[in-house]
Amino acid sequence: MTNLSMSPLDRSRFDEAAARHLLTRAGFGGTSAQVEQLVAMGLNEAVAYLVEFENAPNLPVADTDFDKDIRKPLTPAEREMVAMARRGNDEAALETIQKLRNERDGQDRAQLKEMQKWWLKRMVETGRPLEEKMTLFWHGHFATGYRTIEDSYHSFLQNRLFRTHATGNFADLTLRILRDPAMLKYLDNDESRRGRPNENLARELMELFVLGEGHAYTEQDIKEGARALTGYTFNDDSFQFRDDGHDDDPKTILGQTGNWDGDDFARIILSRKESSEFLCGKLYRFFVNDAPGMPSNKVAPVVKALAAELRKKQYELKPVLTMLFKSQHFFDEAHRGGSIKSPVQLTVQTIRELGVPPRDLATLNSATDLMGQSLFMPPSVKGWDCGRTWINTSTLFVRQNLAVYLITGMRPEAFDWDANLAQWPTTALEGAIAKRMSASKASASDALLDLVLAVSAPPERRKQFKSFTDGLGGDLRGERLVSALCLVTAMPEYQLC
Amino acid sequence: MEPTTPFSRRIFLQQGVTLASLVGTIPWFVQQSAVGMLSADARVSSQAGVPEDRILVVVQMSGGNDGLNSVVPFGSDDYYRARPQIGIAAPGKENGALALDQKAGVGLHPNLKGLKDLYDDGKLAVVQGVGYPNPNRSHFASMDIWHTAQRSGRGDGWIGRYVDCTCNGSPAADAQVAIGRSAPLAMIGTTAKPVSFEDARLFQWMGKELPGSLERPYDQMNRAGPLGGVDPGSQAAFLMRTALDAQLSSDRIRTAIGRTPLVAYPGSRLATQLRAVGAMIRDDLNTRVYYVSQTGFDTHSNQQGAHGNLMRELSEAIVAFQADLKAQGNDSRVVTMVFSEFGRRVKQNASGGTDHGTAAPMFVLGSPVKGGLHGEHPSMTDLDNGDLKFTTDFRSVYATILDKWMVAPSKTVLGGAYPALKFLRT
Repeated sequence: MTNLSMSPLDRSRFDEAAARHLLTRAGFGGTSAQVEQLVAMGLNEAVAYLVEFENAPNLPVADTDFDKDIRKPLTPAEREMVAMARRGNDEAALETIQKLRNERDGQDRAQLKEMQKWWLKRMVETGRPLEEKMTLFWHGHFATGYRTIEDSYHSFLQNRLFRTHATGNFADLTLRILRDPAMLKYLDNDESRRGRPNENLARELMELFVLGEGHAYTEQDIKEGARALTGYTFNDDSFQFRDDGHDDDPKTILGQTGNWDGDDFARIILSRKESSEFLCGKLYRFFVNDAPGMPSNKVAPVVKALAAELRKKQYELKPVLTMLFKSQHFFDEAHRGGSIKSPVQLTVQTIRELGVPPRDLATLNSATDLMGQSLFMPPSVKGWDCGRTWINTSTLFVRQNLAVYLITGMRPEAFDWDANLAQWPTTALEGAIAKRMSASKASASDALLDLVLAVSAPPERRKQFKSFTDGLGGDLRGERLVSALCLVTAMPEYQLC
Repeated sequence: MEPTTPFSRRIFLQQGVTLASLVGTIPWFVQQSAVGMLSADARVSSQAGVPEDRILVVVQMSGGNDGLNSVVPFGSDDYYRARPQIGIAAPGKENGALALDQKAGVGLHPNLKGLKDLYDDGKLAVVQGVGYPNPNRSHFASMDIWHTAQRSGRGDGWIGRYVDCTCNGSPAADAQVAIGRSAPLAMIGTTAKPVSFEDARLFQWMGKELPGSLERPYDQMNRAGPLGGVDPGSQAAFLMRTALDAQLSSDRIRTAIGRTPLVAYPGSRLATQLRAVGAMIRDDLNTRVYYVSQTGFDTHSNQQGAHGNLMRELSEAIVAFQADLKAQGNDSRVVTMVFSEFGRRVKQNASGGTDHGTAAPMFVLGSPVKGGLHGEHPSMTDLDNGDLKFTTDFRSVYATILDKWMVAPSKTVLGGAYPALKFLRT
């Protein structure tokens, strides 16, 4: 029976396995030494360390990290040039303009690639894992894709917004996302005007962002909400409210009538109880368990308890996350290894846990893309479906081959037979294995499985692996450890977290 | 309407599940042969009236194919006025078009000789003027529209939705195969995902190549299916089942592709991809839809030579593929559909190329196809700001293939009703 209690876990039960679970879910996992540090802190301090991350070292983000003018709109002079070329049917001039445009497109796409590397690197290096993890959560929740936005700097601004408010206030973030150029463009609100409202943003605000599909709203509510959002657009990199495009006649949304604007619309739906439950259900799937059908009816009391806390704290996220990460329910055995690593989680966790070098970031980004998760390019406004949808016969090979690449440094397409397999210091992991062996009298092979897998390996798997490591002759060090890791990371169970 | 089950997917799945549940007791190396036997008679009809063995091959011309130089309106003076340098000459002239219909004044690019032969054979349907309302001229956006079959370009892919809605439960792992670096959006459904690989040699675990004899233990761990004591509904069991599926798909696909084909294929990339598809069809994989692509169609400058080469590659690859299918005796099972995200502008540009345009022809070919010209050639005079106006919505082509060939409810798959065309004999 799954423990449904939201009371804190008993101090004595916050052992290494529990701390590892916490670090994996609230972040991207870590080395044995880092796990031990968390255990030493005790549950309260460990959760505070992760959630109140403002005290931890910061990797600063600056406006100038990327070129904001990469998509600079045409200057009046340039616009005049285009108009003249069109009027005069000047093919050569039009050609030049087209070429310039193509060049800018290329530069913008190149900048997006740099941003993908930059974000992945942050996740690998950050001392505030929950900050990046929640940024990733919001990216999947308020999902927008670069292919529609077509302005890498707007994607960057949105990413910064998610990071700044990663564990802030959900109501506040919702109001800000309605002013976010990337979102306004992605859901066509920049084309929504009085008299011809575009319903896209209003619909998703109800269906995917705040209330949840089918929850207490009608098509009419969407239409009225869309009218409230008219005039919400952007100019260059900033939000702009166009008074002349805004419909200021009365609207009735969820039974409330008034001269609502977009902010009022958001406040009205946020005031519904369903909204807190919807968000907590998504947090549950993201942090606790992503098995099909989760959160199930059985765990509904947990989601309701989180939602009640969220409402009580006026949508402040930290109290809810703290409550969740301390709870007996969160640490229940049923959830240990009960989720499937997202491609980004798999990549970052492998690096942070094993201590392998991050290798070539562009290769890693292309690998996460092949596994179905391209940063800044979620497949649709629904974000990523997560859980089992990550896994199919193709992505499973990419996952296994990515691990081989991280561990050995050898790209699948170009094997280097003379490579020294132990190019990274394996001593930390060797030490952790030795420590575990002496503490629990486990064999080296069992110790490694316990350190690397999120679930306790089934007896048959242990037997298979033991017979392999026995055959290697000698203890699990250096190249032997590297070989063993290639095999462990190719076990189906390695995909669990 | 009861969703139809293509092939014997359901039987395959049921057998797969039974097998997996026995796995704890079967040694791993028996697995492979057990599944080998299973697929041998997996072609038993599972549902009356549903064709079991029909296959669709999609060929994507990426970059925006110049439709007017592929299917040439040689009867139109406006065509030659708009394209003084790059226009394809009328039939009979040097490098002239290959006439399909003298009266209509329409012919094929001279390098599409093989396609012309298929046309004369009644096996090539040319669907003219295909597009959609308010055309988008961005490669990405327009490709997404074609892949999702939605004007918004958002949501699941149309082939993925087809697989999702025609299988009960989870789709067979290899219901759709895409050859390319990443899976095309068209094949991404809610649960349906294609097998995709650029090179079949990479569709396997690379750790095998490492020193240390990792292959045998790897196989042990990945071919066992769910281990004893593991809850069959758990995530772990799901991963163990998928791992087994992946090994079996990899074996079958790599074995199939490793064989020498019955006919010679040219060496182009498209031909290599179609050769692999031919090999997989010959080996009777459970795959219903294959996806390949040809790149390089974004011909903004000096397009004549480049576009001519693309046309030749396309034609020669398809001819070889059709010959292969015929030699296998499989040609009546396969329909091939060729499309691009948009055509190009009517007027050539100053660099001897063409810029992004709108409507363009599609090719649908194979023995089950009713050859000929279908739909109207778009007007060369009634233009929309220098662009062709489409005459047939591409979703009508999809709907025809879904309803008449794949026997799937197109309305459900496409989320709307589109009038059927008459390019299939079925």
